[in-house]
Formats: sequence, C-alpha cells, structure tokens
Amino acid sequence: MSLAFPFTAIVGQDAMKRALMIAAVDQEVGGVLVMGDRGTGKSTAIRALAALLPKIEVVAGCSYNCDPDKATAGLCESCRVADGSKRHKTESVSIPVVDLPLGATEDRVIGALDIEKALHAGEKAFEAGLLARAHRGFLYIDEVNLLEDHIVDSLLDVAASGENVVEREGLSVRHPARFVLVGSGNPEEGELRPQLLDRFGLSVDITTPQDVKTRVEIIRNRDSFERDREAFIKKARRKESALRKKIEAGRARVSTLDPSIEILEKSAELCLTLGTDGLRGEITLIRATRALAALEGASDITLKHLRDVAPMVLGHRLRRDPLDESGSQARVGRAIEQVLG
Amino acid sequence: MTDNDVASSFGWPLALRAAEVFSVAPHALGGVNVKAFPGPVRDYWLAQCEALSPKSLLRKIPLNVSESRLLGGLNFVATATWGRPVMEQGLLAECHEHIALIPMAERAETRVLAFIGQSLDTGFVSLQRDGFNDQRPAAFGVLALNEGLDDEPLAGSLDERLALQVQLTGINLRELTPTTLCAADIAQAQREWRVVNISVEHMERLALISVLLGIVSGRALQFAVNTAKVLAALKNLTQCDDASLELAITLTLGHRATRIPTPEDSSEPPPSPPDSEQHASDEAQHQQNQSPPQDQVLEAVKAALPADLLHKLAAQQRLRAKQRTVGKSGAEQLCLKRGRPCGTIAGDPRRGGRLQLIATLRAAAPWQSLRRQDPTQTQTHSGLVIRKQDLRLTRYRHRSESTTVFVVDASGSAAMHRLSETKGAVELLLADCYSRRDSVALISFRGDSAELILPPTRSLLRAKRALAGLPGGGGTPLAHAIDTANLLAEQIQRGGSTPAIVLLTDGVANIDLKGEPGREAATDDALTSAARFRAQGINAVLIDTSPRGQSRARNLAAALCSQYVRLPHANAQSLFETVRAHV
Repeated sequence: MSLAFPFTAIVGQDAMKRALMIAAVDQEVGGVLVMGDRGTGKSTAIRALAALLPKIEVVAGCSYNCDPDKATAGLCESCRVADGSKRHKTESVSIPVVDLPLGATEDRVIGALDIEKALHAGEKAFEAGLLARAHRGFLYIDEVNLLEDHIVDSLLDVAASGENVVEREGLSVRHPARFVLVGSGNPEEGELRPQLLDRFGLSVDITTPQDVKTRVEIIRNRDSFERDREAFIKKARRKESALRKKIEAGRARVSTLDPSIEILEKSAELCLTLGTDGLRGEITLIRATRALAALEGASDITLKHLRDVAPMVLGHRLRRDPLDESGSQARVGRAIEQVLG
Repeated sequence: MTDNDVASSFGWPLALRAAEVFSVAPHALGGVNVKAFPGPVRDYWLAQCEALSPKSLLRKIPLNVSESRLLGGLNFVATATWGRPVMEQGLLAECHEHIALIPMAERAETRVLAFIGQSLDTGFVSLQRDGFNDQRPAAFGVLALNEGLDDEPLAGSLDERLALQVQLTGINLRELTPTTLCAADIAQAQREWRVVNISVEHMERLALISVLLGIVSGRALQFAVNTAKVLAALKNLTQCDDASLELAITLTLGHRATRIPTPEDSSEPPPSPPDSEQHASDEAQHQQNQSPPQDQVLEAVKAALPADLLHKLAAQQRLRAKQRTVGKSGAEQLCLKRGRPCGTIAGDPRRGGRLQLIATLRAAAPWQSLRRQDPTQTQTHSGLVIRKQDLRLTRYRHRSESTTVFVVDASGSAAMHRLSETKGAVELLLADCYSRRDSVALISFRGDSAELILPPTRSLLRAKRALAGLPGGGGTPLAHAIDTANLLAEQIQRGGSTPAIVLLTDGVANIDLKGEPGREAATDDALTSAARFRAQGINAVLIDTSPRGQSRARNLAAALCSQYVRLPHANAQSLFETVRAHV
C-alpha cells in the first residue's frame, strides 16, 4: 500500500476523528459509521487510523490473533488445545486494520476450505478469512451501503456474537472474531439496512468545511503531501506519536473509570426522551462517554463527556417521526438541551 | 491572460487543453468526463489523447463487464486444465499505468463505478474472491464517454473523481486542429509537474472561488491545484502563474458549480449557505487585499459557465428531490422473481428465485477435477460435483409498476368551479395510465369524509363508471382525504408498486378530522395530515382547481412537499398533459 496521509494532518472533521479515537480506546464501543458527501476525507481518515494504533500481544503463529491473556473461552481451537500447562509464545503486532473490499466473496470473508492443502497434503485445513484477520482489530468497509446482501448477512451475525461459525465444505470451524466495524459511504448511493446500522456504535455525518481558511489549509496539506510523501509523514511524526501515546494512555485508563450514578441516570433519561429502541443505545452511550473521558485523561466522567458523545451515539438510533421534519442531529441536540440543560 | 489562454477558454481549444492536461497526469487527475455523441469529433479527440501519450493504451471497460472480470479471480480455463486454482488478473489491474475507456458511462452500474472509484482513490485493486487474497497496483486514468449529456448525467460517484470535463457537442468539424504538443513535451511535463510550486495566494483564490461556486468537495480543489501545476509544467515553468490558475479553474471547477456567483457575492454575504457570516468576514478581507485579480478570476469562471447553468441547476434539484422520494414512478428494480432476465447472481434457489442451470454448471466446471480428488469426501463421484456455492439464480430487471391515485375534491366549492373539466382530465389520464399498463385508484371527498370509490385497478371501464357517477356538493374534508390517500399509498407500496398521488382541490378545507365544520380547525388538521403524508416521501402533484390561484392550495402543496400546478384556463386535455409531465 502506498503511504497513507497522516491522521493528524487532516484538517477539521473533528467529530469523525473523535469517533475513531473513541473506538480505538475502547473497541467494545462497537464500530463507527461515517456518512458524508464525496470528497470529505472519510476514507483518508480511516486509512490513516491504522498508523496510530498501538501494538497488541498475540499468540505467536495464530491466524486469529488470539489474546494470550484471555481465558480459554476467548481462544481459537488450536490455541485452546495447546493451552495445557505452559503459556503460549507471544509476539507483538500492530492492531490489524483489515479492508473488506466491495467485491469480496463469501469464502474470503468468513473463510473456507484450503483447496491447495486439501489436494496436496490431503489435509482438511481451514483457510481463515477476513473476519479472522480482523479479530481484535478493525474491519473497514468503504462504500458500505453498496455491500452485497449476503455478505452483510454473514457480517451481522458475527458482529453481534463476536464469534464466526463456519459450516461449509465439510468443515466445522468456530473462532473468535471481535472487531470494530468501520464503514463509510455516501448517503446518496443508498440507505443502510437498519440491522446493519444498529451494529455501529457511533455514527457521524460529515460535510466539507465551507470557510476559505480551512479550505486553504486542506489544499496546502494535501499538496505538500503529494509533493513528497515521505517528508510530509516525517514532519507529522511527532504529532502522530503524541496522539498514539494519548490513545495508549486512554486504553490503559478506560477500565479504571466508573460512571457515577448521575451519568447513568442522565444517559437513561436521554435515551428515554428520544425513544430509542432497546438498551444498546444506553450501553453504547455509557461506554463511549467513558472512552472519551479516558482519551482526554480526565479523572472523572463528567456530563460534558456525555454531551460530547451523545450526538454520535444516538443520531442513527432514532425512530422516524413523521411530524418532526428536523434532522436526527437536531432532535438529539434538543434532547440534550432538555436533559442536560 | 495571453491571447493563447483566452482562446483556450472555450470550445475545441479547451477540449484540447483538457486532453493535454489529462495525458500528463492521468491517475492524479482521475480522468475526463467526455460529454459527446459518438462521431468524428469524439474520435478525433480520443485520437489526440492517444497521440499525446503513446505509451499508455486505451483499455475499454464495457458496460456489461462482470465483477469477476473487473476485479480478477479464478481463471476458468487454467484451473480446469491444471487442476489447481489459478488466478486471473482483472481488468482494473490490467489498466495499471494505462487508460480505462468507459463507453456509455452514464449507463454503468453503481457497483462497477464503485470499484473503479476505489481504484482511482487508492491506486490499487484488492482482491478477496474465489479463495484468492491479493492486491495489485491499478493506477490509471479514466475517459468516461458520456452520451447522456444532461438528461442522464454521469453517476456522481464517478464524476466526482474525474477532474476534467469536456463538452464536444456543438463543435464543428472545421474547428478541429491537432495539438501543438508532442509526446516528448508531455513526457517532460510528466516528470516535472509534481515539483511545480503554487503560491499560498493562489491556493486562497482557489478556495474562495470554490466557496463562491458552492463546490463542497475537497477533491475538486485538489484537482484544481494539480491541473494548475500541470499547465505550468507544460509551459516549462517551475512556479504556477495566474494564467495557468485561471485555466485550471475553468477546466476543473466551472462544471461543478452549484450556484452562480454574482458580483455582490464577493462583497456581501451570500444568502443561501448557513454559515454565511463567516464567509462574509473572510470575503470582505480578501476583497480589500486583492480585489482586482479576484474579480478577474471570477469573470473567467463566469465566462466558462454554460449559459443555461441556472436552468440546469434547477433541473438537477428537481432530480434530487425526486430521488429522495421512495421511487420514481416506473423505476427499474432488480429482482429475483419477475421481469426481463439480466444476468445471474449467486444464491440459494430454496430462498426463492429460479436456478440458472448453465451458469451453475459453468461455476462448477473448473472445480470438477479438484473435487473428484478431494480427500474430505469419502464417496467417489462419477458425475458432476456441484456445491452450494455454485448455484446461480437468474436475476430479473423489471419496471416496477406505478399506481396513480386520484384524490378528487367533489365538494360544493369545487363542484361549482370545474368539476366537469376535472372529470374529463381524469379520464384522459386514465386512458394514458392504461396504455402504460399502470393501475389507477380513485378517492373522492365531499360532505364529512373521504371515500375510496375505486380501489387500484387496471380496468379503464370500471374507473370511467365510478367517475361518471361521481356526486358533487357538500363540505371539504381535506384532512380526511389526505389521510385516506396516505393509507392507500402505503398499501400500494407494500404491494410492490410505486404510488403517485394526484390531488385535485382548491385547498379550502372546512371540515376537520372529527367531521365537524369549521374553517380554522379544518385547515390545521389538513396541514397536520399533510406533514404526515410528506414524511412518507410519496410523489404527489397538487392541482389547484380554483378559478384564481389560491394561496391556501399553494401552502398545502408546500406542506405535502408535492408539486403545485394551477389548472390553467383550458380544457381537460391541457390538464392531462400537465399531470403527465409531473407524475
């Protein structure tokens, strides 16, 4: 892959950048959906995220990036068998960011029989798919609203259960597949199925900044990047590593933070006011609030954190109200005013 | 501007400049949207492109290209011969460092364009198909031959990624002149354009103009910068000059304009965008600093704007408004059950759909020798081994039928005016609907409620009878009528058809939802019902039947988000034509 545009050099688009960083801090937040006009830097930002992610420890040689610290339940079959008395050999790798291209076929997404091995060694081997590679990392789908229906179907179940079960070609394999689903698309190309929409924890709508100053900065950054990619990336290195440290600190910190009763109550009230379906909205809201507080290095989770994440958590979870013409963001904004004052 | 630059701001010279610029940096600029009918002018233009970059070949990507051919995948023949999976390179990867030619690009499928767009963005094509996991370079430029001109624009996802647009219609054969550049000039510019400098002042000017023209995309700006640099490189400059910048704006930004800048725009806040205050201060600042070149550049852009831009913008907005509705009447839909067969799709026939035997056999064929050796299967097969993933279903394309629902105001106030004319027009519409094999339904409202006189039907005769026996007189329960229409439209949608509502009324409501008389409550109820109707996003036309246009009917049309047509002083025929044009 050619060198990616650095994340920190992206001008504006703070909501999108913040949502991606929250997902990097707490991967359980459940995915980020970025919808917006063409040419607003959606793909650029997501591809740039890979460079920012810290390293994780995995079982050496495991094709599912198993976590050596996890109890056996969270391991793939091969790691579970090997886990008797001695510890696994580990290696540290970058958090994977796996691209799911539009034209992918089902066998490559969920995995299939390894034909070469079957023929030459007479071995019934499973060739892991993209979902396995994305375990503990990010799965990125560009133009997510154009993804074929049967691929979406297989994604939905795995994203909800965190486990990929393959029953095909005489194979019966199950392996953990917890990943952060990241999707981007242009709303004009088509709607997203509500089931898929629900799998995304955060969603942001983005537009191009319309003031001249920001635009000039965008052009300048892009132009100097195109001119000499390596030098540009080198120049951004300090900022990048500062941000990486911030994310790492946030990841370490996130489990130490506990939301106060007030935060829990206010988020429940927000969800009730907006009438969101189910509890997923509330759970995600609290997780995202906590992740943001951790990212900012705060000692407590405050209402300000809640206020900041609420639009991206709740915006895509509203039921359509026939008598309310204003957009979902405006409705969330009103509810925030009402609940948080 | 020099004379040469002035001459190249329109017509053939401009098209020629676009070809030259594109040849220098095909991938960095994405490509050219070539608006032209097939003919000698287009051929000549393409020949110029080929002559300018002899090293890159034009690879045609046909409309009907299959996904597997485009992206690559299993090589059918080699796999069958050698008995092991053999990968085949896709068209996109074959286009690497060449030029992809897309004929009739306006007709191309969204998914095909999405693949091309991703390669344009990343310069790669990644393959996750048929057991292969691969990534290949695919940096190419696109020449999208667009014969749709204005009524059928190029899909936005592709147009956005093409820096340039040339308009070859209206160019006379006698105007054609060959390019003055040779392949060596292009090659030299190819080496040098990236290091051309562009000043901050120029970038500011670009940003300002893009805001004035209402261009939102960041890509467009990048294209403008690159084009300016290429133009400067073609003149052997290392610093971008004013003339190059202006020509670059004409080439890359002119056709993307969504609004026309007026002279006042640069000194006063533009009225439409929401964040206008910010512009205003910025613009005022710029105005002081650099007003003469600013005006000059703006003039250049305006000169390059097509004269009928406003007209086109309005048309585009209509188009967009239409796309927002649930479906255009008679929109084409892909489906597994009925319609004209068009291609196949992998799937399970048990879930519905018809098995396409030939395609299934073709999908299974290359794997036969492998599957017979498959040690995981204990049985030995003598015949064909077909697996679930080979199954192919026929895919059909059908025009979803539309159902026109007439909602006719038969109350006293309307009856007095033009009930008979209305009836005549409706009958003509019915005849037209019939000829398009569409269904018709009729709701009439008078007295204290609305009534479904004619459920959706294709029988013209039945419809005519229902309409002939239509009684008139009484109050106007407009709210109830809208609710009834809404309900019916929902039913029609659930049945798989696309509803279109034609509401004939003068917009004066006097019976509310409870059936009580009272003008104010009735109007309020009608507007509430209209909001509910609007949320459904159904295509609607309101025909104002009052003798003079009533503001009430106009307000109602706005609340319904429907089109408003005043019944002109004319006969049923002209009303019929109005509705046919709008639905």
